[in-house]
Amino acid sequence: MNKREAIFSAFPLCLCVSVVRFVPFALALLAVSPAPTFAGDGTRTDKPVIEIAKPGKCIAPAEEMRRNHMDMLKHQRDRTLRLGIRGEPVTLNGCIECHASQKTGSVLGEGNFCQSCHAYAAVKLDCFECHQPKAGFKATGVKP
Amino acid sequence: MTSPQTPDNARRKFIAAAGAGVAGLGFTAIAPGLHLMAVGEANAAPTPRKAGEPANPAVRWGLLIDANKCAPGCTKCIDACHTENGVSANLPDPRQNSQWIRKIELVDRRPGKTRGHVTQLPMMCQHCAEPPCVDVCPTGASMKRADGIVLVDRHTCIGCRYCMMACPYKARSFVHAPLNDQNPEVPRGKGCVESCTLCVHRIDKGQQPACVESCPEGAMTFGDLNDADSAIAKRIASVPTTQVRADLRLNPGVRYEGL
Repeated sequence: MNKREAIFSAFPLCLCVSVVRFVPFALALLAVSPAPTFAGDGTRTDKPVIEIAKPGKCIAPAEEMRRNHMDMLKHQRDRTLRLGIRGEPVTLNGCIECHASQKTGSVLGEGNFCQSCHAYAAVKLDCFECHQPKAGFKATGVKP
Repeated sequence: MTSPQTPDNARRKFIAAAGAGVAGLGFTAIAPGLHLMAVGEANAAPTPRKAGEPANPAVRWGLLIDANKCAPGCTKCIDACHTENGVSANLPDPRQNSQWIRKIELVDRRPGKTRGHVTQLPMMCQHCAEPPCVDVCPTGASMKRADGIVLVDRHTCIGCRYCMMACPYKARSFVHAPLNDQNPEVPRGKGCVESCTLCVHRIDKGQQPACVESCPEGAMTFGDLNDADSAIAKRIASVPTTQVRADLRLNPGVRYEGL
């Protein structure tokens, strides 16, 4: 019992000592480094290069699409699959039709719409584990 | 259309009546009237649903398969299904290939005149009214749409394969390897269970399932089981049909004739 109490009383002291020990290093680092740069101003990491096959009007302004496309797609997929609602303005195939690369026909691959931005934002892209990333793709399946 | 089905006398009488005196009800033009009659054909296409409209709960899509017409050795329905849904047969292990529809051969071994008689039939998801796959699914991914089509929501499927165990028809398959040749309208991928969707993407567009359209014998009839005027409901009302494993009382949407 006494031993445990001793450990508890010593704990904050240890912490203080260890933090204090690093303070000079931290100050030195601040003094040496130039003006700090933060991600987002485009100086540290290159902005993704996005090639759009069919540029034009999207279903919503770019700012809204950037922020909300995942929610739009998520709610649409449930309405379509579970309720059977078709022909909504938000569809993943609709995205692919306009945004797929002219060269590869796909939204995946370096420099292509979905992948380049998701790589930049470090967000995992799961859609194309199941969905076809190519525009106008014809499934071959089994040859009859 | 050269349907090998027996002439529907009730329909003929109706056509005659339409020609004789129904003009007063508004069917003034005969040509659209004849087109209307075509809806009563054995394989009537469903009406396409309008954009933004959910599946109609008053409808129950079903299939009637005439096993007597199903030709031995014919795999047209399987090929059409797999082409339509992008089900490829080139997985590293052929035993892992998905099987949305398969042919079953039943040989009568009972002593008597029918001994040795072979019955052919395609077997797929039976789109039960009380689907056991939906009962057992731990995540709610296995689901029945309002119009009776049983589907897997791959967004929530965790690939536990409990539904495959529960299905008495062995209708479901598990995708074992990564895929890249999916039909854009039929997303499918590794780690999920899948089965016949009754070509839900075609039905919603007002088309028939691929297997029904491809059958050279006209052995499959697709339609609304709840609509007493549909070809499938009339046929079920007039000839003896079988539900496979009717003892389980699952009320399948796929019925068989000539079993």
